Amino acid sequence: MRRRFTVASAMVGALALMTMAGCTTDPNVGSPTDASAPAAEEEEVEWFDQELFDKQDAERGVTPEGPEGQPWLQHINAEMVDTSQYASAGAKKACFANASISNPWRQTGWITMNQQLQVLQEAGAISEMETRDAQDSDDTQIADIDYFINEGNCDVFIISPNSTAAMTPAVERACDTGKPVVVFDRGVQTDCPVTFIHPIGGFAWGIDTAEFLIDNLDEGSKVVALRILPGVDVLEQRWAAAEKLFDEAGIEAVDYFTGADPTEIKKIISDELAKGDVHGVWMDAGDGAVAAIEAFEDAGVDYPVMTGEDEMSFLRKWEETGLTGLAPVYSNFQWRTPLLAAQMIFAGQEIPKEWVLPQSPITEDERAEFLAANEGMPDGHYAKFGGEDLPGYPQVWQDRVIP
Amino acid sequence: MSAVTSDSPSFGRRLAGFGRTLISPRGAVFLLLIVLLVAITVLNPSFAEPGQFIRFVQRVAPVAIVAIGQYFVIVGGEFDLSMGSVVTAQVVIAGNLIGQDESKSIPVLLFMLAFGAFIGLVNGLIVTLLKVPSFIVTLGMMLALLGATLYWTGGAATGNPADGFRQIGRGGIRDIPVIEILPWSVVILVVILLVAIWFARRPFGRTIIALGDNPTAASYSGARSWWVKTSTFIISSLSATVAGVLLVGYAGVHPSVGRGYEFTAITAVVLGGVVLGGGRGWVVAAAAGAFALEALFTLLNFAGVPSTYRDAVQGFIIILAVAYAATTFRARRRGSALETSAGAQAEPKEPDAAAASARPAPIPSTQRADNETKGGS
Repeated sequence: MRRRFTVASAMVGALALMTMAGCTTDPNVGSPTDASAPAAEEEEVEWFDQELFDKQDAERGVTPEGPEGQPWLQHINAEMVDTSQYASAGAKKACFANASISNPWRQTGWITMNQQLQVLQEAGAISEMETRDAQDSDDTQIADIDYFINEGNCDVFIISPNSTAAMTPAVERACDTGKPVVVFDRGVQTDCPVTFIHPIGGFAWGIDTAEFLIDNLDEGSKVVALRILPGVDVLEQRWAAAEKLFDEAGIEAVDYFTGADPTEIKKIISDELAKGDVHGVWMDAGDGAVAAIEAFEDAGVDYPVMTGEDEMSFLRKWEETGLTGLAPVYSNFQWRTPLLAAQMIFAGQEIPKEWVLPQSPITEDERAEFLAANEGMPDGHYAKFGGEDLPGYPQVWQDRVIP
Repeated sequence: MSAVTSDSPSFGRRLAGFGRTLISPRGAVFLLLIVLLVAITVLNPSFAEPGQFIRFVQRVAPVAIVAIGQYFVIVGGEFDLSMGSVVTAQVVIAGNLIGQDESKSIPVLLFMLAFGAFIGLVNGLIVTLLKVPSFIVTLGMMLALLGATLYWTGGAATGNPADGFRQIGRGGIRDIPVIEILPWSVVILVVILLVAIWFARRPFGRTIIALGDNPTAASYSGARSWWVKTSTFIISSLSATVAGVLLVGYAGVHPSVGRGYEFTAITAVVLGGVVLGGGRGWVVAAAAGAFALEALFTLLNFAGVPSTYRDAVQGFIIILAVAYAATTFRARRRGSALETSAGAQAEPKEPDAAAASARPAPIPSTQRADNETKGGS
């Protein structure tokens, strides 16, 4: 009997550990295939990169090139590469290794991507797209990519990496097949893909949001920073930039990891309000913004100056409460670009080696316009999803059935 | 606690008895809670203001309710790992089925309770009738529910339900002197705790404890063990359902709400001195364990512990606290009884439980334990 209890306790303990370990999305964890990166990463946990910071800071001011009104085809400071070696006629099979669809931003993009696929299928450019969802796991995604390489019968690889360092060798293997590789959203540490598509980046987000808060707050003000999770480069860079600017401007900022759980967010804000005044709220993603605002309502204090995201729930709550806010954008329309890039590659057209898409926040003046344009969309929808000219608009996004 | 006062008439002895209870395993969690609350108040005096404090209680209510539900399962000798997923599923059900239509609140609430009871029933029947270890059954249920929720939502938030429904977790009775607002969550927590205390003292509640202590003895004494055990799973799923209703009001709909609640609840219960494997423990201490855990979280917030190693600090303190409770338990079992008067029905049973496990022959030990169980109830 006693022994049974001990075994049971040990099982509970082991399971608790597993669950906790499963929660970390640190790219250093669970990437056993990566032999070279850990040593370098262990000593270097600093996410701030002055060179990249300056590059993205400058890109914010550049007028993008490309077709007017189609931001998903525009690019900033592009260095074009020749793709004539891939030129070939006929419909091609695309293989898409997706990191996950576990947050509303990825879900919105995924829906848009499927509608874009329809257009390209009708145009005869793409025959079909086979997708594997890695469900936020590096190991699964490595297996997915290797499956595509060996058995996928793919004409083009589209990869949205789960993490940077761990996915690099798998992407290199895909490049070695000689078929075109398109990487988007999070990056990899190799330049072997034909093109790497992404919005300006995390530092630009951090600069936009921190500057807004600094402009609207006095020196010495208190800002609570709500972060989803550690270890993801696009998110860490947002905070790295913002933290630096807050520091320089004499803003007192404390950061918390929330896992986007509204319960956590509400607890954190309540505790901070119990400690003293909170003048500003900074978020590295808008998921859960409503819970943060409600914590101020429940405590009966003034709304903070706040930056959320272009998620509809935040835009609506922002309008309803009239708080001073900004909706930074991590351009969701980038989910259209990879398939369009594949079409251009098989047509032998020039495309940018690093395809930097425009990324500009929604200000209070523009808010009404985006709210009107996205009326009837669910709360998890992203205002700058860029699918207004695709078939199925607006019904497909309103129903939000995940393909 | 009442037992302590009854055998120590003078104030001095009463105080000494109270002190002994505090450092004993049964009282350790209260000591921990007091230390944590004092530490929070030192760091931030406004925490002790009634208005602030009641908000703290409001926030702990869902966790405490889940811990109370988990208490009955654990004291009955089983585990319920599916509670967190039940919370998540209920939160998502509320968000999706009620939507902005307030008139659906009551029917959906009833549906949620029925759904919760059904999950508990399934867990319980598989454990008792098919004799599958509860650890595996509820682990499977946890994954199944989580998977279904993820499939339904795709892993992202849907819209919040109507504000009227959310008032259960968010609102309260306003304009009350001193505390300003009496949140509904606090009212619900108090009611559930009182019902749980009453229920634990009823014959049925005592049968649960007896069953956790020595199932053979309990079944010889005529307990319908399959039904008693199944009912503990129904209780835990229902408590998870109530917690889900409160959480959807407090925070809103998100598939991450409720994640890890089963472990928070188990930790709270263990912190409250309830023995994993069943047979011993006090439901109030389990609820106090939940309060201690949340107070710890708040303390770390107030102390400004950097977010990167907050979890590590939290885990370390929990290990220390549980280790303390375990050591004092062992000291007590060796005979150096720190706690002379607590739980008259639980105390004499211990040697028999140990004896039952040591000796495979069921008959001598069951006869004796049989008598004890009857004496206790």
